[in-house]
Amino acid sequence: MKTERQLLRQGFHQAKWDEPIIFEMSKEGQSAIFVERAEEEVTNEVGNPWEDLPEFMKRQTPPCLPELSQAQVLRHYLRLSQQTLGVDVNIEIGQGTCTMKYSPKINERFASSSKIKDLHPYQPAETVQGVLELMYKTDLFLREISGLDRFSFQPGGGSQASLGMASIIRAYHRLRNQEEHRDEIITTMFSHPSNAAVSAVKGFKVITILPDENGYPDLEALKNVVSERTAGLIVTNPEDTGVFNPRIKEFTRIVHEAGGLCGYDQANANGILGITRAKEADFDMCFFNLHKTFSSPHGCGGPGSGALGVKKDLEKFLPVPVVDFDGEKYTLNYDLPNSIGRIKMFYGGIPAVVRAYAWIMSLGEDGLREVSKVAVLNSNYLLSKIRKIRGIHIPYAPGKHRFEQVRYSWAPLTEETGITTEDVQRRMCDFGLHYWTSHHPWIVAEPFTLEPTESWSKEELDEYVEALKEVSREAYESPQVLRSAPHKSVVHKIRQDWFDDPSKWAITWRSYLKKHTV
Amino acid sequence: MSDRMVSHPYIPNSQTQVQKEMMLDVGIDDIEELFSEIPEDLRYRCSMDLPPPVLSEEGLSRHMEGILSQNRTTKDYLSFLGAGCYQHYVPAICDEVACRSEFLTAYAGEPYEDHGRFQALFEYQSMMAELLDMDVVNVPTYDWCQAAATAVRMAGRITQRPVVLVAGNINPQRLAAIKNYADPVMKVEKVQYDPKTGCVDVPSLVARLTPSVAGVYLENPNYFGLLETMAEDISAATHKNGSLLLVGVDPITLGVLAPPSRYGADIVVGDIQTLGINMSYGGGVAGFIASCDKEEYVAEYPSRLFGIAKTDVEGEWGFGDVLYDRTSFAKREKGKEFVGTAAALWGITAGVYLALMGPLGMRTVGETIMRNSAYAAKKIADIKGIKVNGFEGHFFKEFAINFDRTGLTVAEINRELESRGILGGKDISEEFKELGQTALYCVTEIHTKDDILCLCEALEEIVCGLKGGGTR
Repeated sequence: MKTERQLLRQGFHQAKWDEPIIFEMSKEGQSAIFVERAEEEVTNEVGNPWEDLPEFMKRQTPPCLPELSQAQVLRHYLRLSQQTLGVDVNIEIGQGTCTMKYSPKINERFASSSKIKDLHPYQPAETVQGVLELMYKTDLFLREISGLDRFSFQPGGGSQASLGMASIIRAYHRLRNQEEHRDEIITTMFSHPSNAAVSAVKGFKVITILPDENGYPDLEALKNVVSERTAGLIVTNPEDTGVFNPRIKEFTRIVHEAGGLCGYDQANANGILGITRAKEADFDMCFFNLHKTFSSPHGCGGPGSGALGVKKDLEKFLPVPVVDFDGEKYTLNYDLPNSIGRIKMFYGGIPAVVRAYAWIMSLGEDGLREVSKVAVLNSNYLLSKIRKIRGIHIPYAPGKHRFEQVRYSWAPLTEETGITTEDVQRRMCDFGLHYWTSHHPWIVAEPFTLEPTESWSKEELDEYVEALKEVSREAYESPQVLRSAPHKSVVHKIRQDWFDDPSKWAITWRSYLKKHTV
Repeated sequence: MSDRMVSHPYIPNSQTQVQKEMMLDVGIDDIEELFSEIPEDLRYRCSMDLPPPVLSEEGLSRHMEGILSQNRTTKDYLSFLGAGCYQHYVPAICDEVACRSEFLTAYAGEPYEDHGRFQALFEYQSMMAELLDMDVVNVPTYDWCQAAATAVRMAGRITQRPVVLVAGNINPQRLAAIKNYADPVMKVEKVQYDPKTGCVDVPSLVARLTPSVAGVYLENPNYFGLLETMAEDISAATHKNGSLLLVGVDPITLGVLAPPSRYGADIVVGDIQTLGINMSYGGGVAGFIASCDKEEYVAEYPSRLFGIAKTDVEGEWGFGDVLYDRTSFAKREKGKEFVGTAAALWGITAGVYLALMGPLGMRTVGETIMRNSAYAAKKIADIKGIKVNGFEGHFFKEFAINFDRTGLTVAEINRELESRGILGGKDISEEFKELGQTALYCVTEIHTKDDILCLCEALEEIVCGLKGGGTR
């Protein structure tokens, strides 16, 4: 047994390779791979077809790409990978709202097998029955989990699935000749920022409901803003604070009565699988992030999959194609009369669908419920420990349990020591742990959001808590350690003045050379 | 769930004893209590109709392999499919890095503990910038569709004009996505292509250039695989009108072809799937957006843009988000469009590809592709009744084949080819009815001379054997 003290990795130091920018390593004439050349007979027959092109369309100077040996390229990228903390390496509970869970390695084998990666999207249906079956059955699974009637896997992530919902809301009102005056979408402040952003992309005015004093979306405020202008509601629940809106069914009722559609962002579904569903809360649409709840890895920020589901009467609006099954054969159906058309090329993030299918198959109904129960238990266990840490405030829903995540605040710590949540952020990586603040705006002062998912053991949760305790102790006893952090990460405190000043920012190496070297 | 002595392998705290200890800390007797905020009418107490789980890893493998074995792939067939997703050689190191645990499972870490992720994506942006000869490239968006749609919206904001002209010979799937994304904020007007050349009809485009036109979007190569050889003229007319030129491009062409910035493109977009990323039934797509480094352009990107910076320690590089306050992460609906989880891993992978290829590799792969595709077009053209590249323009790796004079439909021919182990070109006769029975064939560096001759032999056999007779 480890003692509590030993839980903290005092001796940790992340890999630090002082790795140059790849261009700095380039040496003329080095080659990392030989590329196939056209066969002699081919060349003899066609010559140099590019020579016939108009002059302006020929590349005149070769691109200034780096020239390296093969092993150098490999080493460079492996070093960069070592300078990255993924879920496979750290106890990644600090990235609330993102459901960082274990992505089973066996599922990578399926997703990256030749039977998936070498498929072309326009192959005839009879040659791709396996992948169509996986898509169709994952759709069936998600129908059970949500209670809705049909899913499309086309959106590439949650935000794009939100865009799909906003697009369907517009198409729905257009079909009913109500598009002109139904120009408002309602969301809540603790719904994901993309819910608001995509509504604006689709030309809607966004109305944001603020939380009431206990952190619940304000029902009275909703009643005040719904009108004949209401096109729809797009909300996340449980909200990004880990607070479940118990009046969600009243929200959907009020919006329906006003003539709007209701879209459910289920990015935070990890605590409610098989426990509460979109259907019973009367949502018309929802989406799941297969790269969050359903274990597909996040890939440094995608590719993921935002599985977009709708009720029967909205099926005709889905992006095409969807997968059909006639009892014998799976086919792609492009014939949806009022389809919003296309959100993304082809059929979406297929590797994520493959992994999600395998993950659901490895758990079954009881397993899925266990995932949610443990995710919520872990979250509340963490809460019970963090409550005791000096300098932390836990806003909202007093006396209530939280769902799969909790939004915390260091406001008392900041007031007493001047240490901010961003100082804490830079210090946590000194213990080999990732810590995120929260989405803006910071309605909760000095926020951080922890979502422990089902993937971590009690001891791992304790380790994270131990690091937070240590940071709190330092804030009161030796705040300079925090202000100058990190100390054991890959690099030291980054100067922020290069990011917002057009004369200094350098988004590419060539831009750096132009602006910062003589 | 009954007492569990052993945890589920993916759920460490699913052991009953552990849960009891944790519940003691939480102050509850039953996990059920944690869900008390959910009103009873929202509680789902019924069963979900899911298949029984396959608990052992071996069993799961067997189950999955059973399903996957029903797929026959482009390795099993000789494939000439393209039309937006392409079969190119994927170097081993691309797969190696893309599957690397840390990159595969990282997400939104800070520029400290995720320094490597930031550097890899900054380098990706930088190498793409060299290939495109432009100073700003974004962290990848979902795909070319999203990149093109965003370019359209950016042009609208930069010029404060409401209309975009889109070439009628771009990928129709892309056009559909652009239309949905622009609607209702911007108006998308399709400009007909010249039926003789298959390229943008310059006079009719020029006639449409009014003061309300924010930009002109075209693709090079276009959907028919043809190079837009009038691009310079289009650029001049577009700029004269105060509009922006938006060009979609396949980056694997750019070792041989001039980057669109050289013929006046203001915003360049495209897909990096061709740069070392597997097709994965279309799941390998990822989009880029590139432009000059003027503030009025940079401020209009919705995507993340990673920039390089100094740290407190001399000689150390750090990274971070340039103009973060543009994004919807910072400003919700007041941000520029929206940003979310898109396709970063493919950005890293494409960076690996460009680092491996270098200037010579990009040149060579372009030359090989152009020779192979020219050879294929020439050989197929020898077959009686088949009209290859009726537009007679320059092409890179794709070209149209018309089968009207064979008396057979593309569908019939493709069925016959399939029975001979060949996946024929994409049937575009529904998408472009005016072209009759036409298919889009794609030939790349992965095709050998024998592959091409094998296709020719099969086509000849089918066309001669089945001429006028319909299907077997």
